[in-house]
Amino acid sequence: MKRFSIGALAVLALAASMPLIFHNEYFFFAAYVVLQFVVLATAWNILGGYAGYVNFGSGAFFAVGAYTAVALYKAFALPLGLQILAGAAASGLLGFGVGMLTLRLRGIFFSIATIAVAIILETVVVNWSYVGGAKGLPIMRPTETPFFANHTVWLFFVMTLIAVVAVGAARFVETSWIGRGLRAIRDNEVAAECSGVPTLKLKLAAATLSGALMGAAGAPYAQYLSFVEPTSTFSLNYAINALAMPIIGGMGHWIGPLIGALLLGSVQQIVTVTISSEINVLVVGVMLVVFVVAAPEGILGLFRKFFPRRKS
Amino acid sequence: MPHVAHPAFLVLGAYATYLLTTYGIDPLLAGLLLMPVFFVFGLGVYQFYYSTFEGRGSDQGLRGIAFFFGIAFIVQVGLILAFGVDQRLVDADYIGTSVEFGDMRIPQRMLVAFGVALALTSALALYLSRTFTGRAIKAVAQDEGALRLMGANPVRIKRWAFGIATATCAIAGALLIIIGPVEPGLDRLYIGRTFCVVVLAGLGSMSGTLAAGLILGVAESVVLTTAGTAWAPAVAFGILLIVLGVRPAGLFGR
Repeated sequence: MKRFSIGALAVLALAASMPLIFHNEYFFFAAYVVLQFVVLATAWNILGGYAGYVNFGSGAFFAVGAYTAVALYKAFALPLGLQILAGAAASGLLGFGVGMLTLRLRGIFFSIATIAVAIILETVVVNWSYVGGAKGLPIMRPTETPFFANHTVWLFFVMTLIAVVAVGAARFVETSWIGRGLRAIRDNEVAAECSGVPTLKLKLAAATLSGALMGAAGAPYAQYLSFVEPTSTFSLNYAINALAMPIIGGMGHWIGPLIGALLLGSVQQIVTVTISSEINVLVVGVMLVVFVVAAPEGILGLFRKFFPRRKS
Repeated sequence: MPHVAHPAFLVLGAYATYLLTTYGIDPLLAGLLLMPVFFVFGLGVYQFYYSTFEGRGSDQGLRGIAFFFGIAFIVQVGLILAFGVDQRLVDADYIGTSVEFGDMRIPQRMLVAFGVALALTSALALYLSRTFTGRAIKAVAQDEGALRLMGANPVRIKRWAFGIATATCAIAGALLIIIGPVEPGLDRLYIGRTFCVVVLAGLGSMSGTLAAGLILGVAESVVLTTAGTAWAPAVAFGILLIVLGVRPAGLFGR
């Protein structure tokens, strides 16, 4: 725990000192997206990797966070911190609802139900004119930026903070009895229930936490783009990335989604800039299939295979 | 089998039809011509799936779903790269004309699609209930071990079933592009429609499938005319969610 806290603080300090090293604003613009994927992948892994429930609707959680923030900002001009908390709360609530679905649905049916939730919510937002409907809504960034000279850099730092919290939460879940319970659910839910694991409670907790973290990742999105619009906010790209990154990185350990998101996120940023944004999406799909087929345990699994831990 | 890529194959079928019609082939004929190609393609996909997942006993759960999800995604992006995001149309004699029954005007393309779809579904229902292979396909979903004892190889039966399912995608894709313009992102909506119909019907019930398709179609039209086009996508998913939450066995399931 101690080592992890020190590491987390070091990451935050590094992020805070980044503006001294990099002066190009685009670096922060791109890094923000990568960090956003770190949060999404880590959050997905809590429900998908530990408990084995595949969520195809990550975009919905992300968008609920974003739109909650937008609506509150428009209505009360809430500061960013509160927007993030509100977005996380709303998405957490949605996560709780999706968790209730696990009562009856498993495997592919649960996954399809999450797509259903995403499409229904997208339709609702498209028809919700207060937040711009299908046309979208331009968002004015606040004129004052706390601590940093530049608003993009500030949002980058905020996202780093959210990412650190997300990874910390995932690590806590994984190492505590909650994670043991979730893994038992993944391996055999009936057996887990019979051995006294409170399966429903744990699934609800995992779904809520996972949803809340995705919502927190989405909340600053509108300020980041100065614009919010349903199609890109609910984009399938979030769903596929949130799923692909933990699978490619390795799902058993909290560092897996982190590796997957940093690697895949950076590759995507580079491909988007140098080749095209369509190819970048293709890269994710192809890598997902290749890893699922050839390296089911992800990069972590490959690493363990080639550098087996010595028994001491 | 967690086959979420089925709607993507459907859209693929529609685009393949489009490609053939640019050479002057009638879209329906194109769909028929594509059936064997799609059949073989389906066999290949299943064989690959079997040798990488099922054969190793790791098809349960996450990786199988992720595999098909990835395949669907690749198909979709591949189509965008090849054809762009524009909508595509086909042309034939029966497209654009309509038949009049008193006050009603029914577009002829709709009648053609309706007729072919009905014929295809009936043929499949007959095949599944009358032939040995058809019954074996129904049986493999219930009990693989028992099927093996009856002297049929479950893997071969499943491969065959997957091939047939993919072959129907060719003709269904042709119908899809006959009744309206097609774009690569369409499969996302059809995931909802496909699963809505299948789940509402109850898994494996062919007559239920017809009824469920009818229910969904009517519900979508009602919402389309009362609440506006913007709400239409939610209908199939809304019904699906309600059925999954309330009665996962479906209306006609056992």
